[in-house]
Formats: sequence, structure tokens, C-alpha cells
Amino acid sequence: MNDFNVRVTEKDDISILYVEGFLDAHTVSAFESSILKLVKDKKYKIVVNMQKLEYISSAGLGVFMGFIEEIREQGGDIKLTNLSDKVFRVFELIGFPTLFDILPDEEEAITKFNAI
Amino acid sequence: MPVKKTKKYTLSVPGVTNNLATIRAFIRRIALKGGFTEDDTEEIELAVDEACTNAMKHAYRFNKEQSIDLEVALDSRKITIQISDRGLGFEADQIKPPDLKKSIMEGKPGGLGIHLMRSLMDEVRFRMNPGKKNTVTLIKYRSQYPS
Repeated sequence: MNDFNVRVTEKDDISILYVEGFLDAHTVSAFESSILKLVKDKKYKIVVNMQKLEYISSAGLGVFMGFIEEIREQGGDIKLTNLSDKVFRVFELIGFPTLFDILPDEEEAITKFNAI
Repeated sequence: MPVKKTKKYTLSVPGVTNNLATIRAFIRRIALKGGFTEDDTEEIELAVDEACTNAMKHAYRFNKEQSIDLEVALDSRKITIQISDRGLGFEADQIKPPDLKKSIMEGKPGGLGIHLMRSLMDEVRFRMNPGKKNTVTLIKYRSQYPS
């Protein structure tokens, strides 16, 4: 069994999601629920730290695509950080780097949010 | 390790997503054993995951009573994976590369899986016979030949 885990912490008005393990069509509902809860709570500044994400399929990518427009309309963003080469390659194949803010680390994402 | 003749492997699992990890482990073991590089193996795993996810989601609508059958053939030049279901099928030729901006505007991501399969594998073929047998064939040639 390939497990997936997501943990959320707050830094001021920024929510940081630490995702870990394998994000596929089976585990995606846990990730989707976490993002949905943030949106319902009107927390639109979101950083997803992927340092411990070992695998992502299109099911996981679809969650970003499903929420990003609504979040940006509310003045927020989903910033992606700490991607491994393997995970970045999947994002690249889909064309995500032109549409999403992909940054080397969490601190840089927080700095960018605070600069707005 | 040289592979002189075609080796065949099969796996049949219920068409629900908790079997994706089993499917990936099955494919990974064969690809690595067959001498594919780690990078190639990861690409094959993801392409097979996408094909199986499509079958579970669209062909079977997550019906665990239905099975997905995998047949893998490994030879000195390539790995061929056939993924078959007996579900609804779809018009694969009608599926165009995803328009990301449009999908984002509409909040409806779709077609990503087939786009990924086509990007990751050297050949992707669909043979649809809805209700009887729909088969997706994925082929990857070796980027490094076994010594």
C-alpha cells in the first residue's frame, strides 16, 4: 500500500500544506478535502510543500486545476515548493510551470505572498 | 540482464483505485528486472497508472465487481503493456491535448491522463469494443540496451 498524508500549518494568513507519499486517484480525496476546507474557511494564500511527495498522477494535478481559478479570483494563490526532480517532470509534461508559481522552497513562497 | 526472448506477465485486479499501488508495484518490478532505467521505469509506472485510472473511473465508474487485466510482454527492445476492461469505452481519437487555461477557467480538468500517457510512452494505442473488451496498449522502447 502506498500511503499519502497531508498536514496543514498556518503562518499568519498563509496556510502551508505538507504533502507526503503517493498522490494518486485513490489518495486524492484526502488532498482535495484539505484544499476544500481552506477555501471554505476563506484561506486563499496556500503553499504546498512537496518535499516528501514521492509520486503524483494526473488525479493530483487535477485538484490544483480545479481550485486555482477560484482562489486567484479571491486574491490568493497556490504556490508549489520543494518539488523533487521526479515530481517536477510530471508538472512539466502537463505544462504547469507556465500557469503555476513553482518555487524552490517554502520561505520564498511566504516572502512572495507577504510582498503583495 | 539480457532479455533474449519475450517474457510475459499477467495481473488481474478489481477495477477500484485501492489497487493502483499494487499495479504500480507489479509494473515497476517487471521493468526494473527487464533492465529499464529508473527514469524509464517511473515513466512506465505513471503511464500504466493513468490508463488503469481511466478504466476504473470512466469504463467501470469504480465498480469493484469488474476487473482490469494487465498483460505485459518484455523483450530485448521494448516493454508492451496491454490494459483491458469490459466497460463503457470511449472515443480516444476525439480526445485532444488538454487546453490548460480553458480547463482552469472552467474548473474542469480533463484529458490529462491520456496526454501524460502519450508524453511518457513511445506508442499508445486504443482498441475499443464497449461492453466486450477495451484495450489500451502502451509501448516503451529501451533508452539503454541491456549489456
